[in-house]
Amino acid sequence: MTATHLLSVADLGADGITEVLDVSDSFVEVSERPIPKVPALRGKTVVSLFYEDSTRTRLSFETAARRLSADVMNFAVRGSSAAKGESLRDTVQTIDAMGVDAIVVRHSSAGAPRQVAAWVGASVINGGDGWHEHPTQALLDCYTIRKARGPLDGMRIAILGDIKHSRVARSNVLAFTMLGAEVTLVAPPTLMPPSLDGWPVAASHDLDDVLPKADVVYVLRLQKERQSEALLPSLREYTQTYGLTRDRAGRLADDALVMHPGPMNRGVEIAAEVADLPCSVVTRQVANGVAVRMAVLFLLLGSGRQGLDGADPADA
Amino acid sequence: MGLRERAAPAGGVFHAHAQVMDAEDLRRAVTRIAHEVVERNHGLRGVVLVGLQTGGVPLARRLAEALADVEGAEAPVGSLDVAFYRDDIGLRPVMPEAVTSIPFDLTGKVVVLVDDVLFTGRTVRAALDALNDYGRPRAVQLAVMVDRGHRELPIRPDYVGKNLPTRRDEVVDVRADGVDVGEVRRG
Repeated sequence: MTATHLLSVADLGADGITEVLDVSDSFVEVSERPIPKVPALRGKTVVSLFYEDSTRTRLSFETAARRLSADVMNFAVRGSSAAKGESLRDTVQTIDAMGVDAIVVRHSSAGAPRQVAAWVGASVINGGDGWHEHPTQALLDCYTIRKARGPLDGMRIAILGDIKHSRVARSNVLAFTMLGAEVTLVAPPTLMPPSLDGWPVAASHDLDDVLPKADVVYVLRLQKERQSEALLPSLREYTQTYGLTRDRAGRLADDALVMHPGPMNRGVEIAAEVADLPCSVVTRQVANGVAVRMAVLFLLLGSGRQGLDGADPADA
Repeated sequence: MGLRERAAPAGGVFHAHAQVMDAEDLRRAVTRIAHEVVERNHGLRGVVLVGLQTGGVPLARRLAEALADVEGAEAPVGSLDVAFYRDDIGLRPVMPEAVTSIPFDLTGKVVVLVDDVLFTGRTVRAALDALNDYGRPRAVQLAVMVDRGHRELPIRPDYVGKNLPTRRDEVVDVRADGVDVGEVRRG
């Protein structure tokens, strides 16, 4: 079988995203059972290859693979031959030669997963590459919104914070707009991408203007290093102008959702108590993440599909 | 599994050769099976119905209605999708048809699995594995509208609407208003 990959949300298209979300419903049900495990991927091996630190994405993928009865190998770069200077190519080809079925790659360089996909026979899943993309995060975010509020078509979604350095923002802009949502990016000028050409989004520097009209406020993590890079005057000023404070959360529409990909800097981009309000679906995002990653693994490795673009196998 | 086989694995269009049951035949068969379930289990205490996606689910609901008429008691109805338990994952396209819904504990219950067509028995094998993950039933019984033969596993039904000898390449289609036997013509 030709190996297929999940490298970018763009590869999926609206039909592909919708199919992943539909199949995820079945895996949410599996996750709620007394024994949350099915034999669908017995005999398959999934490797997580993380060149960057991660808690939730790696754990989420490994949990997803185990709930499908796949075997899981965890490659920690620290303590491995990569720490001795082995090239990415030699490392992944070594892993591939052990006969694995899928490799989840996280790397600080944009495009690394696509490069890996060209080198190996296994399916490659992008677990986050540089500032480029984080497709499974976008899928679980779409799923969380759809489950809480219904179809994304026509929904108004504000993405707030460090857009420029955020792979989550890039994948989510693609996914949300493909499903018909109207996306507004809200950030200080220093944290906006230099150009928004070709992005079907609006941009604003005025959070208080955008908030009351939003159905979803998607808060991005602010990396504290941005201050030392002179992109921010101070964290306190950022919080005053762009933080989702208690006051601002009070001006949201009654049924608006607050989302965050984690890990949160409580008190910086989001107030501690706002993260715990009923409108915050942060923990639901994490729970749904396991089901959505099960759907991705099943569609790539188990369903007999040749890709994730939503095409009917009967037409293949 | 007539409906699923009709759509998979390589597409094609179902052409009926003959109708083997009409709407009245179906109704009588459901009523008879309801009587047999009640007789065999001495009532409905502890009896639950689980329909297999997709064809078994409407049949399970009809059987529950018939049981209510016969015995004046309700049997809970669940639905089960066995896609993740199939033994042909990787050999042909396998996709879940619908979300499983078993909103009751199966431990200690008598589970009547309901499907439209019994063929190779592989779907029922997958269903037995799946039920294990929901609890430990006291007993599992199998009700099907059509038993068309060609078993590949040691599985037999407890309640049968109609025994229907078929060729392996034929397709049986169970609908609400009758049962047809025919073939799928490719593309």
